[in-house]
Amino acid sequence: MYYDLVVVGGGPAGLAAAEEAKRNGAGSVLIIERDKELGGILNQCIHSGFGLHVFKEQLSGPEYAQRFIDRLEGTGIEVKTDTMVLGITPEKSVYAISSADGYMKIDAGAIVLAMGCRERTRGAIAIPGERPSGIFTAGAAQKYINMDGYMCGKKVLILGSGDIGLIMARRMTLEGAKVEAVVELMPYSNGLKRNIAQCLDDYGIPLYLSHTVTDIKGENGRLSKVIVSKVNGYDPIPGTEIEFDVDTLLLSVGLVPENELSRSAGVVLDKRTNGAIVDETMMTSIPGIFACGNVLHVHDLVDFVTHESERAGKAAAEYLKAQRENAASDEAEAPIELVNGDFVGYTVPQKVTVSKVDKFLEVLFRVRAVLNNATVVVKAGDDVLMSKKHEQMLPAEMEKLIIPKKILDMANGRNIEIAVIKEGEE
Amino acid sequence: MLKTITCICCPKGCLVTLDTDCPEETAKGFGCPQGKDYAIGELTHPMRTISSTVEIKGGLHPRIPVKTNGNIPKEKIFEVMDEINKISVESPVKCGDILLENVLDTGVNIVACRDM
Amino acid sequence: MVYDVAVIGAGIIGCGVARELSRYNCKAVLIEKENDVAMGTTRANSAIIHAGYDPEPGTLMAKYNAPGNKMAGEICEELDVPFKRCGSFVLAFSEEEMETVKKLYDRGVKNGVPDQKILSGDEVREIEPNVSENCVGALFAPSAGIVNPWEFALAMGEQAVENGVELKLCWEVASIRKENENFIITGKNGEEIEAKFVVNAAGVYSDTVANMIGDESFSIDSSRGQYYLLDKSQGELFNHVMFQCPGPLGKGVLVAPTVHGNLIVGPDANPGCEKDDTCTDREGLANVVATSKKTTTAVNFRECIRNFAGLRSEPSTHDFIVGFSDTDAHFMNIAGIKSPGLSAAPAIAEDAVRMLLEAGVPSEKKENFIGGHKHLRFKELSDEEKSAAIAKNPAYGRVICRCETITEGEIVDALHGVIVPRTLDGIKRRCNAGMGRCQSGFCGPKVLEIIARELDMDPVDVLLDKEGSYILTGKTTKGGCR
Repeated sequence: MYYDLVVVGGGPAGLAAAEEAKRNGAGSVLIIERDKELGGILNQCIHSGFGLHVFKEQLSGPEYAQRFIDRLEGTGIEVKTDTMVLGITPEKSVYAISSADGYMKIDAGAIVLAMGCRERTRGAIAIPGERPSGIFTAGAAQKYINMDGYMCGKKVLILGSGDIGLIMARRMTLEGAKVEAVVELMPYSNGLKRNIAQCLDDYGIPLYLSHTVTDIKGENGRLSKVIVSKVNGYDPIPGTEIEFDVDTLLLSVGLVPENELSRSAGVVLDKRTNGAIVDETMMTSIPGIFACGNVLHVHDLVDFVTHESERAGKAAAEYLKAQRENAASDEAEAPIELVNGDFVGYTVPQKVTVSKVDKFLEVLFRVRAVLNNATVVVKAGDDVLMSKKHEQMLPAEMEKLIIPKKILDMANGRNIEIAVIKEGEE
Repeated sequence: MLKTITCICCPKGCLVTLDTDCPEETAKGFGCPQGKDYAIGELTHPMRTISSTVEIKGGLHPRIPVKTNGNIPKEKIFEVMDEINKISVESPVKCGDILLENVLDTGVNIVACRDM
Repeated sequence: MVYDVAVIGAGIIGCGVARELSRYNCKAVLIEKENDVAMGTTRANSAIIHAGYDPEPGTLMAKYNAPGNKMAGEICEELDVPFKRCGSFVLAFSEEEMETVKKLYDRGVKNGVPDQKILSGDEVREIEPNVSENCVGALFAPSAGIVNPWEFALAMGEQAVENGVELKLCWEVASIRKENENFIITGKNGEEIEAKFVVNAAGVYSDTVANMIGDESFSIDSSRGQYYLLDKSQGELFNHVMFQCPGPLGKGVLVAPTVHGNLIVGPDANPGCEKDDTCTDREGLANVVATSKKTTTAVNFRECIRNFAGLRSEPSTHDFIVGFSDTDAHFMNIAGIKSPGLSAAPAIAEDAVRMLLEAGVPSEKKENFIGGHKHLRFKELSDEEKSAAIAKNPAYGRVICRCETITEGEIVDALHGVIVPRTLDGIKRRCNAGMGRCQSGFCGPKVLEIIARELDMDPVDVLLDKEGSYILTGKTTKGGCR
């Protein structure tokens, strides 16, 4: 079995990459999706708020997915759902299984990795206490409630103020549960401000910043009590314990790109993003293997996933074209690195081949602290090439920086550093 | 009285401040006209959209996602939820299909959010 | 119906004894208070089959450990239980500890441990490069192994059931009395079981059960030990079980690979806890991490996928208790089975049944004793075998647990096994679904759906683990409390 392009994952990233690749002449394209339908996690994100950038309107997750699924029609893109990729080789062979097709070896001209991410669990953050039932990751609870139609609790505490946690606070309230509080370890929320307003404030749900869960108790097998303490940094302060009588604890404590397949292929990963190291075309360390969406780095907005994935899809098509035409790539120019300066947690891409940048380079990054009236600077050595003021920057909100080609040229082959100079910090 | 309202129109979440006595004239902090309208509306008649699911028979899943296709008064959220919970549909349903018209005389419909 | 033998407790000991009994034409019943087998100490421990150099010669622990180690390998082979004879090191970090290592070596010789060796620190690091520079030497015992303890107990329990032992789950003993030379065991459910012999294998509750016939010759203190289970990325750090030199509080913190390819680090020791206290605590977990640093600093604890705690039986006699009670010659105690209990279990079971037969349990061997089954473990198959498996049963082509690559076919197999699990954790113990890094975040809802479908249950009735550990509260339209 051979396809010019195999896209692993049929969520928003995979769909956008496949469609854009096809539009740009990628040849035969196959999307492999492990679930029984396309759309990925959007299918269970029934709340509104998707699509403002891409479609200029507010859509629910399923609607956003539906638009991409509808667009597949007539494109000739093939889809295998209910199919699990078990391994990928550096030579771009994909091993997959499904009930319908059995065990498959699919050779690919190019591969787009779009497997998404998974939720961090209780184990990952080592919450002590008993192990009763009633402790769910927010996404698992969302699946039970929105897809299967079953409630998983009546009195709820939520740890983590990321968007999924906030959205679930409202969702469970609407379905009749009592959400006692949302508890956040950091001194600031990791969710969008509007979600604090419309998911917590609207329903009078308190948000405890600088607090965390320090003990868990069960009764007859089910969660009965969660102990929350104030923290100093990351350390609980004795004597500040608050007891919540709840039967359910939702964990919204972070997402981790799911790169086990990338690893199996030998793709080099970035410890900061837990995703692949990519260049300006979203190409990984293995030529012809691209990555986009939450498998590359965790996004806040699906619209940005779409943009990024379209870039990956287009680049995959161009890669295939170059391979077909046997175009010897020009004098292999070494890519420069994007170095993380002060307050910058990571950037995507991590490297760039300047001569291949068309008009500008789009860099996504996150800051590591709440920064008010800060300035983002792009430097090469001691030379400041450009700077841009920001009223406020939050770790929870991904920042986008557009660097014009001429600025990159000014670096003269030196690595570029992206840093933030702060004038105020909360 | 001066009030600060977090705009929920887009992910930016602008903080709009305005005087409750003369909101139109005093509103500031919004990033777009929608934000101003939202903040003023929030003072007098807060409106929201809601999403939920309804039972579907013969579909790929037992539930299909739905939403209000426009704003409903905030205080009617739970009443509208009760109406949504009464709906039961049969497959096939198309994205955008109206499953309940003019819910509670709000002029807003409950529509399906996907094909199933 | 009068049973020849009633075994109380379906942990590694109860299941082992039941299996040995099932070779004979006797009527036996295995009674368990939880809703599955292997729910106590058996399911939360270090999962090590010890070589046998630890126990002091002359103790029952010494008597059963090395023979049990050998038998465990054979039984796991026969019953297709994951087991790996990977060998163990006891690391010394001072000359004083080297003396302990030498003492252990001598004990090992006396206890019949094969092929032990004493190595220098450099020799240890040659084999296990992640061992600390501070290690000055070690005892190496190649016969030590790692096992999946709950599959071990389950496989023995299933073989017992297949060969005629009756299993009663959710059957908690309330009292025991004697009537006409027979025991009448009354359950908390009001039912009664009549048996000529009783084997008390009730784990941390074995003193409570012994007290029911007036045997107060021992008491059990339960000691809680906490562990880290780490992602497979850390499982590659070590190929052998790495012990520290035993101290006054036990065998120290071990670092070991698991049969599933993860890394286990622990335990600490918290004596004198409640008999059902399996909670973890911040200080204890921090202590496990700190103590492990002595062995290695290579472990990345951010890759933790689960913390858990297990209970060990600490008998007042400080040794295994295996034999008939002085209070009643038909009442056998197998109690205080602390470490190396898992390793010793097969030898204890064999010896216990020998004693029962000598005391009058019908000893005629069954003609048609049924052997073990092979399990299909999809991810371990070759490419050709995978194709064949899916062709035969398409359910093997649908991956449910993505972290561990567990297929729907394997879950359905487990649900139609000899001892039927009715819980998410029951599936986890049998086929590993939910054991991985997402800890069932993705597959939990799917496994729940499959359990409900296969066992014709209402999804709301599917439990996570023990009785009462419900997952769902009702349908969305009426499940809330508004």
